[in-house]
Amino acid sequence: MDAARPYLAAFSSRFLLMLQYRAAAIAGFATQCWWGAIKVMILAAFFAASPGAAEASPISLAQAITYIWMVQALLALTPWGSDPEVAQAVRTGSVAYDRLRPVDTYWLWYVRGGAWMVSRAAPRAALMLLAAGLALPLLGLEAWAWGPPAGLAAAGFFTVSLGLAVALSSALLMIVNIVVAATLTDRGAVVLYNPLVIVFSGNLLPLALYPDWAQTALLMQPFAGMLDIPLRLYMGQLAGAWAWAGLGLQVFWVLALILVGRAALARVMARLEVQGG
Amino acid sequence: MNSLALLGRYYAASMRAQLQYPGSAIMLGIGAFATTIIDMLAVWALFDRFGQVQGWRLGDIAVFYGVISISFALADFVSRGFDVFGSEFVKTGAFDRVLLRPRSPTLQLIGYEFRLSRFGRMAQAVLVLSLGAWAVGLDWTPDKIALLAWTVAGGAALFVGLMILQASLAFWTTESLEVFNVLTYGGVQAGQFPLSLYAGWFRNLLIFIVPIGAVAYYPVLALLDQPDPLGAPDWWLPAAPAMGFLFLAASFLAWRAGVARYTSTGS
Repeated sequence: MDAARPYLAAFSSRFLLMLQYRAAAIAGFATQCWWGAIKVMILAAFFAASPGAAEASPISLAQAITYIWMVQALLALTPWGSDPEVAQAVRTGSVAYDRLRPVDTYWLWYVRGGAWMVSRAAPRAALMLLAAGLALPLLGLEAWAWGPPAGLAAAGFFTVSLGLAVALSSALLMIVNIVVAATLTDRGAVVLYNPLVIVFSGNLLPLALYPDWAQTALLMQPFAGMLDIPLRLYMGQLAGAWAWAGLGLQVFWVLALILVGRAALARVMARLEVQGG
Repeated sequence: MNSLALLGRYYAASMRAQLQYPGSAIMLGIGAFATTIIDMLAVWALFDRFGQVQGWRLGDIAVFYGVISISFALADFVSRGFDVFGSEFVKTGAFDRVLLRPRSPTLQLIGYEFRLSRFGRMAQAVLVLSLGAWAVGLDWTPDKIALLAWTVAGGAALFVGLMILQASLAFWTTESLEVFNVLTYGGVQAGQFPLSLYAGWFRNLLIFIVPIGAVAYYPVLALLDQPDPLGAPDWWLPAAPAMGFLFLAASFLAWRAGVARYTSTGS
């Protein structure tokens, strides 16, 4: 327990700091409502256009709508770039202090990054749940609302899977951080990584709606574990043995990315030139 | 020196500065291309699964999408100064210096930066429009080309107007209002699809409050030789982009009111 204390402290201090940015959370929430509303209406139009295809679709319109609201709610839980604190530490040279601390640099940055994403996501998710999960049904717009989980088991699997999604996002964030530390810039390679995340996490469109021939590959790739797998569990699309397989995939990618990240960080730190002065 | 030559100098300096880091400029351009082209991936996947929507095909949607994206990319090249106006000019007091120079603040802000990376968005918009026009068999007669140019000009005017309005609000809030991105980036997002797909309240918002529909929906119907399924008269379809210029004029009024009441933050 004692070994974990500095990391817990790093997590909670970053978490509490980020919660102060209320105006940013509200602006983000407004943007996500607009985006969600557009996507919901577009999908509804497509589902209404061909009843046959809608019938054959792997997810129903109600499920797709729930999926879209949850994607908007959990938007900040996905690493869209590097952790700004790490990028700044590398640029100014204060990365040297992080190296001098009697803790493991990988885990320090990992928990700080996790705290950064969770603290930004939590208020936005709460607002979105109030708006799309509570206000819409109260206004008589149940058909457009964020629906409940498929059942008790689905809720349980979703909760575990959401925790794994945070672990996976933090591990991916570390990979981006390490690229930034190696190249000394948070522009560059990161701009090409962004579209990959948008498509393969399920942010752009529920992965189930892509062509059927692509489905297996879409489920196996690492980005699915950040958003799509938890949401499939929530809707009961992955149930029983498939639910365990979904969690197993997430665990696999968390471990794989952490191993790769630790090895890469060790290499980068071995030849790091500290900037600044 | 006349204003246009001065603007040319501003932009030449801005481009030289960006090209000091050619790798970064190229990567940002490629990134802008990739981030915006994936919208079409989602649209393609939906058509692959559902076949059509309200009679529209993939090619039609690509034309709607291409036109609004070109308008936005044009506006985005030149409006960076207004985009960051609150945080970089009002909050810091840098607008004092702008006012002291013997040129109009509008000109200086338009000249603030010419964003080279926007070529990525422009390239994908032109690509998508060309492919869409080819898919629906659009015949580029001179009057169609003129209509396209008029539409894109109206659209760019609308988006510049939105950004000037956003900047004007900073005179009262001393901060750039991020929420305004809902209307700019969100407006592009909404304009990518025919308005007939949306619910009534949202459609009215996009026609009467922020006239995205006037620069994205009606003139594109005319380009595609389609009547409005919602029943707007045929003469209105090619005339609608004029709304973009009206919006720009209105936002200049707000801008002048804002400049008149500007008090420095003193920092």
